[in-house]
Amino acid sequence: MTQTIVQPEATAPLDRVLSGPRGPRKQQITMARIGIYGFLIIAALFFLTPLWVMLVTSLKTLPEIREGGNLFYWPREITFEPWVQAWSSACTGRDCRGLQPGFINSVKITAVATVVSILIAAINGYALSFWRYRYANLVFGILVFGAFVPYQVVIYPLVVAMREMGIFGTFPSIVIVHTIFGMPILTLLYRNFFSSLPPELFKAGRVDGAGFWQIFFRIMVPMAVPITVVAVILQLTGIWNDFLFGTIFAGRAHMPMTVQLNNIVQTTTGIREYNVHMAATMLTAAVPLAVYFISGKWFVRGIAAGAVKG
Amino acid sequence: MQTSVSIRDLSLSFGNTRILDKLNLDIEQGEFIVLLGPSGCGKSTLLNCIAGLLDIDDGEIHISGRNVTWAEPKDRGIGMVFQSYALYPQMTVEKNLSFGLRVAGFGKAEIQERVQRASEILQIQPLLKRKPVELSGGQRQRVAIGRALVRDVDVFLFDEPLSNLDAKLRSDLRVEIKRLHRKLKNTMVYVTHDQIEALTLANRIAIMKEGEIQQLANPHTIYHKPVNLYVAGFIGSPSMNFLQGAIQHESGANDPLFVTDSGLRIPLAGYPFAEAPDAGLPAVLGVRPEHINIADDNRPLPFQQQVEIDIVEPMGSETLVWTQIAGQTITFSCDSDVLVEPGQTVTIGFDPVRASVFDRESTLRL
Repeated sequence: MTQTIVQPEATAPLDRVLSGPRGPRKQQITMARIGIYGFLIIAALFFLTPLWVMLVTSLKTLPEIREGGNLFYWPREITFEPWVQAWSSACTGRDCRGLQPGFINSVKITAVATVVSILIAAINGYALSFWRYRYANLVFGILVFGAFVPYQVVIYPLVVAMREMGIFGTFPSIVIVHTIFGMPILTLLYRNFFSSLPPELFKAGRVDGAGFWQIFFRIMVPMAVPITVVAVILQLTGIWNDFLFGTIFAGRAHMPMTVQLNNIVQTTTGIREYNVHMAATMLTAAVPLAVYFISGKWFVRGIAAGAVKG
Repeated sequence: MQTSVSIRDLSLSFGNTRILDKLNLDIEQGEFIVLLGPSGCGKSTLLNCIAGLLDIDDGEIHISGRNVTWAEPKDRGIGMVFQSYALYPQMTVEKNLSFGLRVAGFGKAEIQERVQRASEILQIQPLLKRKPVELSGGQRQRVAIGRALVRDVDVFLFDEPLSNLDAKLRSDLRVEIKRLHRKLKNTMVYVTHDQIEALTLANRIAIMKEGEIQQLANPHTIYHKPVNLYVAGFIGSPSMNFLQGAIQHESGANDPLFVTDSGLRIPLAGYPFAEAPDAGLPAVLGVRPEHINIADDNRPLPFQQQVEIDIVEPMGSETLVWTQIAGQTITFSCDSDVLVEPGQTVTIGFDPVRASVFDRESTLRL
């Protein structure tokens, strides 16, 4: 029996055999990198310019603006009067209470509509991904299709429907409208999230004797926190920024901030108070801006939270 | 003895695909049954039907003498353990264990006592305040078993519970499940695609293929007397060698012969035929690699043959050798201390009593 034993090859000496690269690669500044950063900086400046103009204009006195100085200059003397005016005494028609009532209306509409739409969408998504009832796919198909329907097509029928129900121009009507239009995308969001969870979790819940609502509230909802953060951000900013539905459905008593802002800016009597308009616009934009700044990290985390393993 | 689980004519289709077709299975009280088969054979589907997680198309399911065909999972007296553990991630171990009891509205003291008992049996008391993310895979699976345990059920259902664990942990938990079964004496139905798990754990194994149970027998019978070519090929690692040939009768001799397609004659003296096969019947001879030995002059084997070694695969505990008999590739295993080399010629042999002969046409055991 021949037995060949392979000798291990002579080990290489510890000092380096060949010259050349060794260890981690060095970071190099390439033309491409400079190009990318250059582009990003220019793009950022481009989008920040209007904000800058708004900010400095809102801090200028009206005479300084009317003098026609440079749009980009820092104010000669800073005044916060336009901000105070915009908030509490700017006039829309004969109503001179500023943006304040609009702000309160917007907070109400946004809070209620966000909660209602998210709750319904979460239940939708949960039922669609776990209970697989008859026609579930059809329901889902219709909902997804809904995401592609242009708003303008549905507005008139909705107005008629609301009128027939006798709630046109009331608080419930604006909440219902926001809920309806948020439904396709939110349901899609929740369905995809729940579908990414292990189905065994649902089965375990059933074996443990939990029913439809118990599984939903005690098992699924606590797990859905990341996607709910995304949904809240989407709805909060979407509803706050909405102008169209607010004009049509909210009615005078519940006019949201965006509509009020428009009315202030569009008022044609007397001189145009650019500084007040700028301040009012920034006040209106402050809420979504704050939401993005505070929740940016959460938003990305929620979007990325596809596979949550238990 | 009353059966623990009885399944009668169970049928289930997904769309146009028939997953289970008139399946019947009786499981004795306290029995450990393993449903074994490749993925897509319907074994997990069957388990889900027993659990009540899938609505069936036809048939009946009885558990502990009750017809539970239409009952909700919670009312069937079952506990289930899943492959992905399926622990509720936002609850502590304690809450996970007690969730079912809390849903059912048990009293605080009762819940406390049951959780205590289950965690003692599974030795997870120190983990009770932790959340699932803080547990290792093995600990999570223990908690998952505990969740079935607290419910005080008659039947435990395991859906590939060890498949997500690494090899070392798998064999540890395997022993533990066996110990648990000895202690609790509950009926256990265990789904796996791992034949080692099946052979080590089961009282009886049900080998499934395309929604049908091929053989239902104890591990020894499954291994030594597979009923058909499929079972023979599925069980055993390395898998069984198959030689193509036919049955022949020799004038003057009682025992039939197996003659390979190339004409090699293998005597089948002592092979326990179910009934005497016809001469000339096309057949397949199956021999396990571990039943083929290198010939020993002191103990001659009923059939011996000189072969040239083709490839040698050392596996540590044994060495798997590839060679050819009568032009057909076969493998055999030998002690890893025996040094063999490709190209070397050795005499190997086996005892046909330990082999299996199958009808080539019907693939059934003869």
